[in-house]
Amino acid sequence: MQQQQPTAVPLIETPAPASGDSVPVVPLRHPVRNAIAVVIVILAASAAWNVATNQRYHWDVVVSFLFSPQILTGAALTLMLTVVSMTVGIGLGTVLAIMRLSTNPILHTLSRAYIWFFRGTPLLVQLIFWYNIAALYPVIALGLPFGGPSLVIGSANVLISPLGAALLGLALNEAAYMAEIIRSGINSVDKGQYDAARALGMNRAKLMTRVVLPQAMRVVLPPTGNQVISMLKGTSLVSVLAISDLLYSAQIIYSNNYQTIPLLIVASLWYLLMTTVLSYFQTKLERRYGRGFDTATRRVLRPKRRKA
Amino acid sequence: MSTVMVEAQGVRKNYGAIEILKGIDMRIEQGTVTCLIGPSGSGKTTFLRCINHLEKINAGRLYVDQQLVGYTERNGKLYEKKESQTAKSRLTAGMVFQRFNLFPHMTVMENVIEAPVHVLGRPKKDVIAEAQVLLDRVGLGDRGHSYPQDLSGGQQQRIAIARALAMKPKLMLFDEPTSALDPENVGEVLEVMKDLAAEGMTMVVVTHELAFAKQVADQVVFMDLGVVVETGPPSEVLDAPQHERTKAFLSKVLT
Repeated sequence: MQQQQPTAVPLIETPAPASGDSVPVVPLRHPVRNAIAVVIVILAASAAWNVATNQRYHWDVVVSFLFSPQILTGAALTLMLTVVSMTVGIGLGTVLAIMRLSTNPILHTLSRAYIWFFRGTPLLVQLIFWYNIAALYPVIALGLPFGGPSLVIGSANVLISPLGAALLGLALNEAAYMAEIIRSGINSVDKGQYDAARALGMNRAKLMTRVVLPQAMRVVLPPTGNQVISMLKGTSLVSVLAISDLLYSAQIIYSNNYQTIPLLIVASLWYLLMTTVLSYFQTKLERRYGRGFDTATRRVLRPKRRKA
Repeated sequence: MSTVMVEAQGVRKNYGAIEILKGIDMRIEQGTVTCLIGPSGSGKTTFLRCINHLEKINAGRLYVDQQLVGYTERNGKLYEKKESQTAKSRLTAGMVFQRFNLFPHMTVMENVIEAPVHVLGRPKKDVIAEAQVLLDRVGLGDRGHSYPQDLSGGQQQRIAIARALAMKPKLMLFDEPTSALDPENVGEVLEVMKDLAAEGMTMVVVTHELAFAKQVADQVVFMDLGVVVETGPPSEVLDAPQHERTKAFLSKVLT
C-alpha cells in the first residue's frame, strides 16, 4: 500500500533532468488508485474479522487437532510421497527427455509413446489401475520373453502394496510431465555450448552433466516448482487407495466427530505450510542456478558477493 | 618446420544435396599461421570445423597431426570412429569461436579449469596455478571470479583463448574470433593472437582481418564456393592476387 505523502516537497531528490537546475519535482499522484486500495483493505479486514469471530468455524477444534499425532503422521506421509515420487519422476523424466532428443528413432519413439500415454490418461485412473494390478498380473516373475522359463518373485498383491501402487502411479505420471519440462530446458541451451564442450574433448555424458543440464536448470526450475506443489496437493488423490496421507487422516477424524470444516482447515493449513517451505527452497535454487545469467537480480539480491 | 600438422586431400562435405566443400587440398606446416579468407558461404568455417571433428567429412582424407579425422583405416576400409575416440582426437586442437561460447554458469576460472580437470582428470590445484598464468598472459589475471556475462566481448574472447590453451593443444583453430566484437575490442584479441603466433603455435584462423593476415600469416588461403582458389604467402595472395575471384573479393573488402 502506498503511504500518504502530505508534504509538497518531493521525497525524490533527483534534479530535473533537462535543465540541470534545481526545480522541485512533484511525483504523479494516484487519488483513484489510493481510494480503491482503501476500500479493498476495509473489505479484506472485515472478511478476516468475520472468519475469526464466526463460531461455526470452530477454531478451538482446529487448534486442538492441529498437532494431533494422526494429522502429523498424515502430513509426514504426504511429504514422503511427494519427495519420493518427485525424485523418481525427475530422474526418469531426465532419461525420457534425453531419449526424446536422441537421434536413435527407437529411443525417440519409445519416449514419445510413454509421454503420450501417461499424460493422456487421468492420474486417478492410473492410481486405481496400479492398485488393482494383481487382477491383471497375479504373480510377478522375471523370465524370458514369449513364455520362456521364468523366476517367480512373488504375488503382486504382496509386492505392490497400496503405498507401492500410490508411489508407482504418482512417479510414473510425474516422469511424463518432467520429461517435457526438462526437454524444453535442454533445448533452451545455446548450440554453441555443445561446440565449445566438444572442442574441449568432452564426451556426451560430460557434455550433458557439466555443461548442458546445469544451464537447462535455470529454465527447468520454475515449472518444476509448480510440479512439486501440484504433486504435494495431488498426493491427496491417494486417499482413494485408503492410504492415510494428510487428507485421508483428516477424513478419518471428521467421519468420527463430524467436525468436517475444522479438520479440512487443519489439513489446508498443513498443505499451506508445506507449499510455503517448498517455494522458499525453489527461490533459493533458482538463485543458485541463475548465477552468471541474471546479473541485475544478482546485483540487487546478493550485493555482498558482488564486492569480491 | 617440415612436420605437417594438417593435410587435406580432396575433402568434401555436403548437407543433403548442398555441397559445402568441393574437394579441398591443403597443407599446414607445424609452427605456421594460416589465414583462411573468403566471402561468406565459401566453406572456410565448415573446413575449420572439419579439422576439429565438429563436422563429418563425406569424401577425401583429412589428417591432423598424422591422424585421419573421423575414421580409422584398416584393410583398405575406412571405419567410422566411436564417439569416445573422436572426443580424444579433439584434444589435438584448441578452438576459439566467433561468439566465444564461454560457459555462462561458470566463473572465468571455472571455465578455464573445466576441461583439464574433468576431461583430462588432472589435479585441480596444479590446473588452477597454470590457469592463473594463462589468465595473466591474456591480461585478465584479476578476473578469475567474474562471470562471463560481466565481461566485454574482447575480454570474453581472451578468456576463450586461455580456456583453449589450458588443454595444451598442438594446434589452435580460430573461427572469426573478432567478428562479433565491438571495434574497440578487436585489437586486444588480435594482440593475444599475435603473441601466440610469435611463440610458435600452429594456428588456423578464419578471419576478415586482412591487416592481421598480412602481418602474421605465413600462408593465406582464399576460398570461394567450396574450393580453394588461391594459396600462398600474404605478399602473393593479398598484395598480388592471380585469380579474378580473389581480386574481386579483395577489392570489396579493402574499400
